Amino acid sequence: MARLLAFILANRALSAGLAILTAICIVAVLGPLLVDTALSRVGAVPPRLPPSQLYPFGTDGQGREMFTVIIVALPQTLKIGVTAGLISLAIGVALGLIAGFVGGLLDAVIRTASDVMMTIPGIAVMVLIAANVREMTVTLMAVIIASLSWMIATRMIRAQTLSLRDRGYVQIAILNGASPLRLVFVEVLPNLMPFIAASFVMTVSQAMLATIGLEALGLGPQNELTLGVTIYWAQFYSAVVRGMWWWWAIPIGALALIFVGLMLTSIGMDGFVNKRIGVRS
Amino acid sequence: MYLDYIARRFGVMLLVIFLAVSINFLIPRLMPGDPVEAQLMQLLSQGGGNLGDIAAMVDSYRARFGLDQPLWRQYFAYWESVLTFDLGFSLANYPERVASAISGALPWTLGLLGTATLISFVFGTLLGGLMGWPQARRAWRIFGSGVLLLSSIPYFLIGMVLLYLFVIVWPVFPAGGGLPFGQTPGLNWQTVQGIAWHAALPLASIVLAETGAWAIGMRGMIVSVLGEDHITLAEAKGLRPGRIFNRYAMRSAMLPQVTRLALAMAHIVSGAILVEVIFSYPGVGFRLFQAIQAKDFFVIQGIVLMLTVTLAVATFILDLIYPLIDPRITLRRKG
Repeated sequence: MARLLAFILANRALSAGLAILTAICIVAVLGPLLVDTALSRVGAVPPRLPPSQLYPFGTDGQGREMFTVIIVALPQTLKIGVTAGLISLAIGVALGLIAGFVGGLLDAVIRTASDVMMTIPGIAVMVLIAANVREMTVTLMAVIIASLSWMIATRMIRAQTLSLRDRGYVQIAILNGASPLRLVFVEVLPNLMPFIAASFVMTVSQAMLATIGLEALGLGPQNELTLGVTIYWAQFYSAVVRGMWWWWAIPIGALALIFVGLMLTSIGMDGFVNKRIGVRS
Repeated sequence: MYLDYIARRFGVMLLVIFLAVSINFLIPRLMPGDPVEAQLMQLLSQGGGNLGDIAAMVDSYRARFGLDQPLWRQYFAYWESVLTFDLGFSLANYPERVASAISGALPWTLGLLGTATLISFVFGTLLGGLMGWPQARRAWRIFGSGVLLLSSIPYFLIGMVLLYLFVIVWPVFPAGGGLPFGQTPGLNWQTVQGIAWHAALPLASIVLAETGAWAIGMRGMIVSVLGEDHITLAEAKGLRPGRIFNRYAMRSAMLPQVTRLALAMAHIVSGAILVEVIFSYPGVGFRLFQAIQAKDFFVIQGIVLMLTVTLAVATFILDLIYPLIDPRITLRRKG
């Protein structure tokens, strides 16, 4: 644990990325408790006001208070990203371990399935589903995105499982007659932790990117505010051309911060992962 | 060995196309209600219109897609229409066919994305090379880190910022469209100028966002190439650093970049849907956005199908060429 902490502190990219993400998460968790969320509804405040002392981030074209909008939208956006990331990571770890350990026909099926899914452009399928469901919600969105982004984790975990399986200590455990469950959970899984962490960050970032894309196309959740939906409305009411920069630039700034944080973390973790086991992916 | 590999990749392609067509068929039918009627009724309630026309349209669509027949028969009928490139009509601009809507938009997207991908490939590869080269100026590394951070931000967000800066704050570029309003495209200098003028901002947003991704890949490659024997030999021969960089390091690190360029070309059509939306650029992405807005169901379906099938075919062609351009890619049977 202490070694992990020392590594994080020594790695500038990782510590900067984690600091940004931690700050965002604190705002996302505490923010909604401290503001009056009613101000994020249409018509709560006078519309089209630039940032002022009373409304620090201004108000949008439909009378929402932008500061409250960001505070309310941030946790929803993160919720989609993290839920989708966790679901696809769970699928990826399970399928990757099975493919790597069992091999044979099962491996071939899983490998072909992930090849096929990788070739189908995710955004196309999402557009199709999102255009057809009656009501889009944050949870449904996370599930759809997860079902289209489990392949990266599957491939990464499978490749690592294959290389771990041939290591001496795993072979010895097999010779000692360890049960398959013990092999997976005691010998292999703990050594996969760095890769699981790295593919989690990558998957969350992918999921967020897909989410924002769908939302900006107008296929996001209808009754819940997220950062992407806010950008969609700004775009829908031509906020850019009307010069209402606070309406679109602030959610974009928030998103940019999340993406930069995720990328720095991912770059930093890459060093961690490579240093420990010396992998090529 | 090679035949085995081709057969497998061909199988994957067929599977993708099969799945894409099936998904396209099934998803609308899994949803409650009659898709055609629901969509047409919605159009009617939005736009007024004549009830008699709509009823006739519903009937003709029902007959055409055989929505009263058993599901398996509808499925085969759907395959038949897909195989004959008959994707139906646009509901929003009724007499227009979906196939012609797509083919009208496709050249715009191919032109924009093709140019943007090539430009960011050249800049990114050079920048990545300089970032990984120890003798390069420190400034390159600092500049490069900035470009890397920029590449983590989705490109349509960069597009919105550019739109604000160069259309509102300092109006030098047009706000949207593909050509000056009212100008008909022709083979003359004026058309070329108009297209370039309108494509400048969408192009810039893609290039700004993409360059970093190319640079990351190249930097990694150049660092690993620097450890190889032929670089040591070149240094021992006392060659100028510039020559070692160009002829020895860049050249051998380039190969994986070129393969990635080919792969990026396959993603070209689905690459920048949202950039087109931000700049109302008349490509496939903008058409898709309009179709979603108007609930123009057959256009959505047609574009989605086209995106998937082109990607599947392009990936297959690349898989065939891969082993030929990069001998380091080994064809493993299992692994």
